[in-house]
This record gives sequence, structure tokens and C-alpha cells, in this order.
Amino acid sequence: MFQRVYLGVCFATVAFAAIACIATSAIAQDNLSSSAPKNGAASQVDASSPKIGASTAESTTISPDKSAVVEKPSNRLAVLIGSLTVFALAVFVGFEVINKVPPTLHTPLMSGSNAISGITVVGAILATGFGKFGFGSLLGAAAIVLAMINVVGGFWVTHRMLSMFKKK
Amino acid sequence: MTALIPLAYLIAAVLFILGLKNMSSPKTAVRGNLLGASGMALAIGATLVDGRVGGYWLIGITLIAGTAVGLWLAQTVPMTGMPEMVGLLNGFGGVASTLVAFADLLQSDHQSIDTLLAIGLSGLIGTVTFSGSMIAFAKLKEYKQFKQPFALPFQTLINAGIVLGVVMLVAFMVTTQSFTIQVLCYLAIVALALVLGVFLVLPIGGADMPVVISLMNSYSGLAGAATGFVIDNNALIISGSLVGASGIILTQIMCKAMNRSLGNVLFGKMAGGGKVASADEVYANVRSTSADDIAMILDGAQRVVIVPGYGLAVAQAQHAVRDLAKLLESKGTNVEYAIHPVAGRMPGHMNVLLAEADVSYDKLLEMDAINPTMDTVDVAIVIGANDVVNPSARLDPNSPIAGMPIIDVDKARTVIVIKRSLSPGFAGIPNPLFAMPNALMFYADGQQAVLDIVRAIKAL
Repeated sequence: MFQRVYLGVCFATVAFAAIACIATSAIAQDNLSSSAPKNGAASQVDASSPKIGASTAESTTISPDKSAVVEKPSNRLAVLIGSLTVFALAVFVGFEVINKVPPTLHTPLMSGSNAISGITVVGAILATGFGKFGFGSLLGAAAIVLAMINVVGGFWVTHRMLSMFKKK
Repeated sequence: MTALIPLAYLIAAVLFILGLKNMSSPKTAVRGNLLGASGMALAIGATLVDGRVGGYWLIGITLIAGTAVGLWLAQTVPMTGMPEMVGLLNGFGGVASTLVAFADLLQSDHQSIDTLLAIGLSGLIGTVTFSGSMIAFAKLKEYKQFKQPFALPFQTLINAGIVLGVVMLVAFMVTTQSFTIQVLCYLAIVALALVLGVFLVLPIGGADMPVVISLMNSYSGLAGAATGFVIDNNALIISGSLVGASGIILTQIMCKAMNRSLGNVLFGKMAGGGKVASADEVYANVRSTSADDIAMILDGAQRVVIVPGYGLAVAQAQHAVRDLAKLLESKGTNVEYAIHPVAGRMPGHMNVLLAEADVSYDKLLEMDAINPTMDTVDVAIVIGANDVVNPSARLDPNSPIAGMPIIDVDKARTVIVIKRSLSPGFAGIPNPLFAMPNALMFYADGQQAVLDIVRAIKAL
């Protein structure tokens, strides 16, 4: 019972954040729209990884546009290689961890990992938020709904299944 | 504050890994799922406080809408419908990746080459996952139009042509400087991928759906990882590759359990060759029995093993079987369940169905755990299973299923097979088990048969 409540709390947090979103947008819409950069994904990389190409002063500042990144191919390449490293290592971690899951839990594993793959919702939120209500925003909004169904449905149904596995 | 967001993503990724790690035992699995959910809540929260995100009301509404639909789906789906549910969710994840990649493409008209490549791959994998999963969903729902495997002539060639077309479109999209052409290329890739997903799954029969679902699970992860490359987000890359790996492992397990290679399943070719004995020859000495006789046999048994198959899941006889086991246990008999990897309609499905019927999970034994002790089993009851207990796999090197891992029920002292008729299983070959001297056939519907046996035991 407690676990179901906890799962509910997790979702409620998101729902609360969502409501807070709606509320704040009414108040602070002007502030946000005035400072919204064109593409935050690229600038986020710049902001979060100042090590990369740290010798140049520009790379440590938040660049408002992806074009700034395109002009520095070596920086871009470093980011890509970093991402590929993470990808390769995560695949190995995945194989190690999943191989230890017993067959009896394969269905919950599948629905649970399915929920995790709904992490695309992060990308969907960013796309909606950066889209400035253009067509891109609408695409992002549709993606949020679909990915959120994946996330919430996946975790909830996994919990339903796992709570049936009991030893007597 | 913004600089801390990647840290939150990292913690989320660690929580996902810990969550999957906790899935290694039914005792800790519930906690594992909660860890995963916490990681997701953290990742979503971190994204929302990213100061550069605007349009909160739209985000808020869509988050709530998705949550509501997800909860409703997850709460109402019956356990027998789990394969369809997972198929549907896979598809949603896939199409979300496609949409995010498209949105990213539209936001900037001078993307770098690697981002364009990732966008193309996201669109391709996400869309194939979507359309493939939708067809798998329709097949699992057993809609009439999709029940029969369907393939165009030269299907493999056509598919190869589509793949080639997609590769060329991706190459073109990456190299062209024109924004308009990039967008058109992306749309064409998505259109081709839609068709490809349909063509890939349509020719696959209902029995091979466990493989398809596992594969689509893997694809949905890979689509997420590709989207991670698009928006340079490690949380997506890590979670996507975890799920990709998980799906691939499950696909391998399913293929091995069915004695087929992945290519073999995908391109719809059954294991060819091998001389198949005629059914009449094999079934010359089959003996049938009745519920009353079975009750007598079970009455004297010390150790009983129940082997549930796909047929039991279809007949929804798991509750009746649980009652039979409880009755036998109350008489001091040791009852266990032997579960073949492809017993249900998706990996591990039978275990969930039996867990739902209140069967303790330590009674559910894997094939490898039960086989070495099979000769000490007094009675093995096979319900709705055929190929997975066919001793030809072990004894006849020329059989089409030679080498397939099976549950060795033929080594038990008595084998009772509950089956509607002597019709062959999915492999389409006769089963010499049915004619063995220690085997008895009980021709009936799975659920009705078990109810009759329970009644007969109570009447003893």
C-alpha cells in the first residue's frame, strides 16, 4: 500500500510541477519569452561542459544559438565523442544488469524498462519549451502526451504486476 | 541553477540503473520500480526548472493529460492483456522520439552533420517502432484482419529496397544545405519507415509475437538514445541504451527458446529440412484417460509438476490450476510449476498470470531448474503446451526442432497431457510424447478439464 502511495506521490510531484507551470506562466510569461534562446539544447551543452574547449573564452559562455557551435567543429566533435562514450558504456551496463534478471520477472522488466524509455519526455518538454508556440511546440506537446503515457502507464502497470509476486 | 541540471540527469540515470539492478529478485523488484519512477520524476522536474524553457501552460496541460491516460490504461488492463499493453507503450515511446527529432529539426536551419544524422535515425527507428508495434498490437488483440501472417511476393527484397531508400535519404539530408530539403527528406524517411514497420511485422505469425515485442522494446530504447544524440542529453542516451540492451537480451532468450534465429523469425522462414514422421505412425499407441482416472493417479502422487503452456493462457485456466494445486497440497503432495521461456504470450507472461492467480513465486521453476530432477516426479501435468515438451528436440537429430530447449516431462513416471486434440503445435510436427508408455491424453478444454479433475478428486 505504502509503495502505491509513493508511486502516486512521484506522479503527483510531476502533476504539481505541471500545475505550477501553468500558474507561473501566467505571471512570468514576459520574462521568459524575452530571454528565451533559439535552441537551448546546444547552449545547455556549452553551459554544462565548460571543460570542452576551455581554452577559448567563448565556449564557456552560454551561446544563444546552435550556429555558434557549428562554427567550432572541434568542440562539436568532442561533445559527440563524449556522447558516444556514454552510449557504449551504458550498453555494457545494460547487458550486465539485465542478464541478472530472472525469467520470472521478464514481463515486469519489459514494462518497467519501457517506462524508462519514456525519458524522451525530457526531449519533448525541451522541444515544447523552446518552440515559442510554433509548429515545433505543437509537435513537442504531442510528444509529451505520448511519452507521458509511456512513463506513467509503464511504471504503474509494472507496480501492479510486481506487487502480485509474493512468496507464501 | 542551470548548471546543476545535468547533475540531476546523471542522478536520474543512476536511479534507472539501480532500479533495473533491483529487478534481479522478486523481493527487491518493487523497490527497483520505485527507484526508476523517482529517477523519472527527478529528470522531468529538472527539465521543468531549466530557466530557458517557456510555454509552461502547454507543457503543464500535456503532462497532466499523458499522466491521466497512462494511469487509466495501466489500471484497467487485465494481466492477460499485458503483451498488447507493452506493445502499445512501445509504439507511443517510438512516435514520441520521431516527433521530438522533427521539432528539433524545425528549430534550427543550420544543424551540424552529426545532429542531422541523429535526427534521421531517431525518425527512422522511432517510426518503425511505432508502426511495427501497432501491427503487433493488432495481432495480439487477434483482430481478424491481422491474424494470418501476410507477406507480399519478394517481401524481403521490397524491405531491402525501403531500407536502401531510407539510407540514401538520410545521406542526402545530412549533406544538403537547404533547410527545406532537409525537412522534406525527414518527412520522406518517416513515411518510408511507417511502411517498413508494417512490412516487418505483418508476415510474422502469432506464435512469434514474444520475439517481436522484445525487439520493439529494444527499438523504443534505441529511438530514445538517438533522440539523446539529437538534443545532446546524456540522460536520454543512458536510459535509451539500457532499454535497448534489455530488449536485445530478451529477444535472444526468446529466439533461443524457440530454436530459431532472429533473421529466421523476421523473414518468416521456418527451420527447413528434416524428415518429419507422419502423425498416424507416431500416434499409433496413444492412450486416453478420464478425469476420474487422473484423480486416482494424483491421489497417490508425492511430487506433481504442472507444465502450463500458451494454451493455458488462452483458456485462462490459471485460477482453476491454482485450485487444483491447492487441493493437492492440502493432501500433502508437493506441487511445482515448470515454466518454459515461451510459455506465455510474451517473456515471463506465464509467471505474471500465475502470480495473479496467487501462486507463490518460489513454486515457479525455470526449465533448467526442473529438468535435472524430472525423473523423481510422479506426475507431470501438461496443460496447453506441445512443442515445448516434444522429446524429438532431444532425441531426434533430424527433427525441425532438434536442439530446442524443452521441459523433459517424458522422464516423469506418468505424464498427463490435457489437450483438445492431437493437432500439432506451432512447429507443425507430431509429438512422440503423446504415444509414450508413461503418457496419458485427456482430450478437453484446459479450464474445463482442470475443473473436472478437481471435482473428481473431491469425490474420491
